[in-house]
Amino acid sequence: MSHVSMKVNGKDAKGEVEGRTLLVEFLREDLKLTGTHVGCDTSQCGACVVHVDGKAVKACTIFALEAEGAEVTTIEGMANADGSLGVVQAAFQEHHGLQCGFCTPGMVMAGAALLKENPKPSEAEIRQYLEGNICRCTGYHNIVKAIMAASGQDVPQPAVAAE
Amino acid sequence: MPKDSGIGASPKRREDVRFLTGRGQYTDDININGQLYVHFLRSDMAHAKINGIDSSEAEKMPGVVRVFTGTDFEGVGSIPCGWQVTDRHGEPMQEPAHPVLAQGKVRHVGDPIAAVVAETYAQARDAAEALVPDLEELPAVIDMKEAVKDGSTKVHDDLTSNLCYDWGFVEENRDAVAKAMDEAAHVTTLELVNNRLVANPMEPRVAVGDYNPGTDDHTLYTTSQNPHVIRLLMGAFVLGIPEHKLRVVAPDVGGGFGTKIFHYAEEAFVTFAAKQIGRPVKWTASRSEAFMSDAHGRDHVTKIELALDAENNFTAIRTETYANMGAYLSTFAPSVPTWLHGTLMAGNYKTPLIYVNVKAVFTNTVPVDAYRGAGRPEATFQLERVIDKAARELKVDPLALRRQNFITEFPYATPVAVEYDTGDYEATLSKLEEIADLSGFEARRKESEASGKWRGLGVNCYIEACGIAPSSLVGQLGARAGLYESATVRVNATGGLSVMTGSHSHGQGHETSFAQVVADMIGIDDGMVDIVHGDTAKVPMGMGTYGSRSLAVGGSAIVRATEKIIAKAKKIAAHLMEASEGDIELKDGQFTVAGTDKSVAWGDVTLAAYVPHNYPLEEIEPGLEETAFYDPANFTYPSGAYACEVEVDPETGHVTIERFAAADDFGNVVNPMIVEGQVHGGLAQGIGQALLENCSYDEDGQLISASYMDYAMPRADDMPMFDVDHSCQTPCTHNPLGVKGCGEAGAIGSPPAVVNAVVDALQSGGKNVTHIDMPLSPNRVWAAMQGA
Repeated sequence: MSHVSMKVNGKDAKGEVEGRTLLVEFLREDLKLTGTHVGCDTSQCGACVVHVDGKAVKACTIFALEAEGAEVTTIEGMANADGSLGVVQAAFQEHHGLQCGFCTPGMVMAGAALLKENPKPSEAEIRQYLEGNICRCTGYHNIVKAIMAASGQDVPQPAVAAE
Repeated sequence: MPKDSGIGASPKRREDVRFLTGRGQYTDDININGQLYVHFLRSDMAHAKINGIDSSEAEKMPGVVRVFTGTDFEGVGSIPCGWQVTDRHGEPMQEPAHPVLAQGKVRHVGDPIAAVVAETYAQARDAAEALVPDLEELPAVIDMKEAVKDGSTKVHDDLTSNLCYDWGFVEENRDAVAKAMDEAAHVTTLELVNNRLVANPMEPRVAVGDYNPGTDDHTLYTTSQNPHVIRLLMGAFVLGIPEHKLRVVAPDVGGGFGTKIFHYAEEAFVTFAAKQIGRPVKWTASRSEAFMSDAHGRDHVTKIELALDAENNFTAIRTETYANMGAYLSTFAPSVPTWLHGTLMAGNYKTPLIYVNVKAVFTNTVPVDAYRGAGRPEATFQLERVIDKAARELKVDPLALRRQNFITEFPYATPVAVEYDTGDYEATLSKLEEIADLSGFEARRKESEASGKWRGLGVNCYIEACGIAPSSLVGQLGARAGLYESATVRVNATGGLSVMTGSHSHGQGHETSFAQVVADMIGIDDGMVDIVHGDTAKVPMGMGTYGSRSLAVGGSAIVRATEKIIAKAKKIAAHLMEASEGDIELKDGQFTVAGTDKSVAWGDVTLAAYVPHNYPLEEIEPGLEETAFYDPANFTYPSGAYACEVEVDPETGHVTIERFAAADDFGNVVNPMIVEGQVHGGLAQGIGQALLENCSYDEDGQLISASYMDYAMPRADDMPMFDVDHSCQTPCTHNPLGVKGCGEAGAIGSPPAVVNAVVDALQSGGKNVTHIDMPLSPNRVWAAMQGA
């Protein structure tokens, strides 16, 4: 077992972990931050996306020890200081961008990271960026709308309605 | 103007706040003091004899508490099947035993052989690797038609063959249909495969068992769409625990799509082991485990024939299907290819004679059961594909051929034993033509051609039977359960309500939409109504959520219970206002006396019910809580018309969805935002089936699509923006809300539209391709192009 320490959602976090302990396991099992989800075992689904030093990272792809000293943000750290929903979170609710909620933390974290890199993404850019996040409920329609709305742009319409 | 509350409004979902802030509570988020973890050793062979399992090394590994094998379950019941189908000769289906852990043989890759319970997950996994099973490999039976040949290896040695049942429906029509085929002016024949799928809710299955020796109470936390059904199946048939000593909790559940209806061995295992060991036991499936242990869906091999007269009227349909059951009978498996499939073969059309034959077959594969749509997508796909093929053969417009044969008068009794109460198929098809801009298609095709692509248009109709189901009817058809729903409405002294429903929400937003219904009936703010579900200790009874039944059946129970509440509240109000009960009216949360200015508020009445100082005690009891059970009189019949436009790359066979439009008739709609979201999700699953997804076994029974590396889930850039419409509304006539259900429509209606569109595109490119089996991967499309 090795000692690990990092900052998670602005607070100091530390623990004793095995070398093989994944960051997502450390967050869920040790820190009890269960908002970050595990939907697969091949780093394909994106339910576990968190921000490590400001970048979107699948928390199942790195060991907890690799995040030593890092600043980690999880879905629990995405609300505004007054507890109200952050911009991306609020847009997901406004545009019905979630159903069962399981992929949602990863989608919100991915969406927020995209907007940081590309503040006004096109519909195609959003769809391409979400390549690593699977949702089984929404058909992505309202997720794309939500991220577009969070960027302050008009939400995309289906082909006919847009004409 | 859109409403902002009540029925017909789209308030934002109240569930969302906890899901968006990481405060949902899914089963894997539940941890109980002292809990142990189990890891299952699963068979890596499709079919093998178990000669023994050496667990001596594993038992010595760090943290290991106990190793279980099949022999530990010899006195325990078999995982039960909830539906018995009777075959065309009047004999019951063959029904094999399904042990919690394999006994004697393993019958599919993933069949659990042993279970290691340890202090941590890692220790359980490590120790499972030290188990030494002695397996003697047997020939695997994978292909259904091979499986039913004489002399085939048997999946179950104690059954007479691998044929579960040979079902004929309507058997009396068999000869008349044959005669109609012989006499037809034209018969179109199509052989097709409805590809095997894996439901893949994003939350893998999880189960936590707990036992209190002080009270003899068992608790199971599980990822289920119907906790009461699990309580009954596991308690009564597997472990022998009476319902009052077994609590089943299904908290936030991360999607179901059918695959979380069924009772699974792992649930029984953790409940059993928790008592044996005296500590809670938790199991969390990895995605790889989910692929080889969640019930799969579809997997039909079908031949359909459509007979038409000289005027192109449909005169008969005959269809023969081989339906894969997998290695064991999952909970509702036998009903899917029969009563949820054969009864839908009339579709939207007045075909007078229909005969459906289904041979259900055991193979060395994961059990197959209901997946979103369950039987109805298989019916719709073959019917709408064969109609398209007939139109092409007869050189008539596929929409005109459909229109000519539409059922136009309701109620309509089909030749396959169901009666459609309402519908307007012309309305949804006309709406589709409008929203899909079908008149602009040829211009768009020219644009595609100019950029070197072949563009195709596919249109189809669908009908489904939802609101499952009248108990007396399904009892006759072999269901071993009733399919009613229950609701308890508890009004508190200060006027707020807790509504306990047996429906289960795992993404459908019941906490929002059900509250809209109750609040609308009373005339109070939605926020005063809380919806409680998913816990057998809180909800009296429930049959759960599947078959687009939650609002039609569960919502109807809520309406009935709320009506009882209102009736009693009116008695109290009449007493408070010294008026006749018959004169009391309730509007906007105020009770008034007709023709007077007297009124009392909702809160005055609820307070009086619990502080009955001035109260008609000689007439009614204090308190305000009512329960209703609602058993539907019929199925509901949502219907619609879908249009898909694709582009095919002639160089590669790659297909892209350019436009997709859906015009649905769901009857009345409570929350349009949620309904549209349900359709979007269903469409993505149907398009996924048509273009991407395929659960694939090799001839030895190895599951070669057992991860997201190999099983192509639809991703954001595979999907277009959808154009959906639900403005055509013919309300259901037999439930109080006039609702039909919307959860499965998208998955049922979309696959034929996609395939019709690709065939159309290839034809436009001069390739005489009449059918390609799903999924229409570039490889398959390209291969079809080369042969044509």
